[in-house]
Amino acid sequence: MANRPAILAEGLHKHYGKTHALAGLDLVAEQGSVLALLGPNGAGKTTAVRILTTLLRPDSGRAEVAGLDVVKDADALRAHIGLAGQYAAVDENLTGYENLVMFGQLYHLSGSVARQRADQLLADFDLVDAGARTVKTYSGGMRRRLDLAASLIIAPPVLFLDEPTTGLDPRGRLAMWEVIRTLTASGTTALLTTQYLEEADQLADQIAVVDHGHVIANGTADELKAQVGDERIELTLAQGGDLAAAAQALRPYSSGELQVDAERRQLVVPVRHGAHQLVAIVRDLDAAQIPLDDLALRQPTLDDVFLTLTGREASETELPAEIADSQPLVRRTR
Amino acid sequence: MNSSTLHTTHTLLPLARPSIYWTLADALVLARRQLVQIPRIPEELLFATIQPIMFVFLFRYVFGGAIAVSGTSYVNYLMAGIFAQTVIFGSTNTGIGLATDLQKGLVDRFRSLPMARSAVLTGRTLADLVRSTFVVFVMWMVGLLVGFQPQGNVLSWVAAAGLLLLTSFAFSWISATVGLVVSSVEAAQSAGFIWLFPLTFASSAFVPTQSMPSWLRAFAEHQPVSLIVNAVRGLLLNQPNASTIWQALAWCVGLLVIFIPLAVWAYGRRTAR
Repeated sequence: MANRPAILAEGLHKHYGKTHALAGLDLVAEQGSVLALLGPNGAGKTTAVRILTTLLRPDSGRAEVAGLDVVKDADALRAHIGLAGQYAAVDENLTGYENLVMFGQLYHLSGSVARQRADQLLADFDLVDAGARTVKTYSGGMRRRLDLAASLIIAPPVLFLDEPTTGLDPRGRLAMWEVIRTLTASGTTALLTTQYLEEADQLADQIAVVDHGHVIANGTADELKAQVGDERIELTLAQGGDLAAAAQALRPYSSGELQVDAERRQLVVPVRHGAHQLVAIVRDLDAAQIPLDDLALRQPTLDDVFLTLTGREASETELPAEIADSQPLVRRTR
Repeated sequence: MNSSTLHTTHTLLPLARPSIYWTLADALVLARRQLVQIPRIPEELLFATIQPIMFVFLFRYVFGGAIAVSGTSYVNYLMAGIFAQTVIFGSTNTGIGLATDLQKGLVDRFRSLPMARSAVLTGRTLADLVRSTFVVFVMWMVGLLVGFQPQGNVLSWVAAAGLLLLTSFAFSWISATVGLVVSSVEAAQSAGFIWLFPLTFASSAFVPTQSMPSWLRAFAEHQPVSLIVNAVRGLLLNQPNASTIWQALAWCVGLLVIFIPLAVWAYGRRTAR
């Protein structure tokens, strides 16, 4: 069992009516590693998590978590996993402390251990002051932290985080990343789902890109980015700026084909280590007296990954309009 | 985040106890979850109490004068109906609560834990039973204030209360089934009353059935609410009727026998998506 992967899925299928939520999903996560399922809404990420956490039976295929079959050994498996979901699933009318004690008791810990553990987790997640307040009064970020704390009550060897930062503001997202990083650094195996390439990059060792219920690409963040292409610096020259001269000045920095759009006075320069190059580029353009309207460093996003892998944008997958509108894929532009 | 504890903690193992122990213990943990919330949302209990009080006033002072009952005062006749109506309407809480837990994802978390599956349903129905007991007690006091004079002895009043609580429990399981079958909290709310209204009002709860047209009377005299109300009324007014009591008990037990497995089935079906 020592060398067995902590999470293993082979050929998982699940359909709802005519919709194939999973169409032959394969996954492997080694013990102590962090695996990210990256994909747009409706790709099947949540269905995969629900099957791996015993909430749902697959139509076919098999899966093992912590060496236990998710269907045959479902009862035993539940004592080895933690799940933090998309909707912070805690009771709003209980205090943070009461929630944790309740879940501890439902994990079948003794009352005293459950209470001890609740105190410990409130301290770990910076919720000591809020512990005696009902969850109703918490901010979104606090709810997420409590939800995550609840999934850690038994210090499970395998942890599932279904879109742990969806709905958080940028600051809450960064704080959540920090928490997850600390957690996974201590050796917990984790599977997390996300719509953000950047998030997968920040948190995971391995990334599985999921589309239409199966994995379309697998690898580390760097491997995926290498497939997708490099970062890009996008420049817009001021009115009357000399495009040819600018292109000339930028050529040495370019790691690939340099695109020139005369109509919009725009240049797109693929670069490696863009943040470092940016200063030199600005200096060179300044020396050549080429004035700029706009300058941005753009990271590859899930959209780029999808565009490269499937030839279409991630958001083109069928999903209800209101979801597509409310959760746009974040583009990092600086 | 202070990570020191996370580093040192090894996986905590569950206590080893027989599964029957956990079936009960987990249900009590979840029942307790409901009960500690009651004082925190006082308006919920307040409305649950005010509504039947309004019915007491409506029937006691507005309609009551025009309703003729034989053998006792109208308020004495009325209270058995009010008690039954209170526990039956109160049972809609069970379904609404379950629908809310489903919608908020709490049921998913419960199902990912190594707890007894049944506890989500039994915990809630037990908590709602406790709540019902409290509301019936309040209504008893209100009844005394508006002139209700129970007859007979304390023992038969306790028997009446027992029958009412059994009714509350049975209807909670119907409500649980409804809450699990419908798709949203709002639907659970309105669906509850669609079947409760005819059952409660086309009955002997507030008026003698003799004045109803014969087709309605046939329904009203044989449906469970009438039988329960008649049994409770008999016990409260010192005219217990063994046959009615047995029929009421049989209805409650029968409803439980049907709706406990139905609710469990609906829970399994609903959560297998």
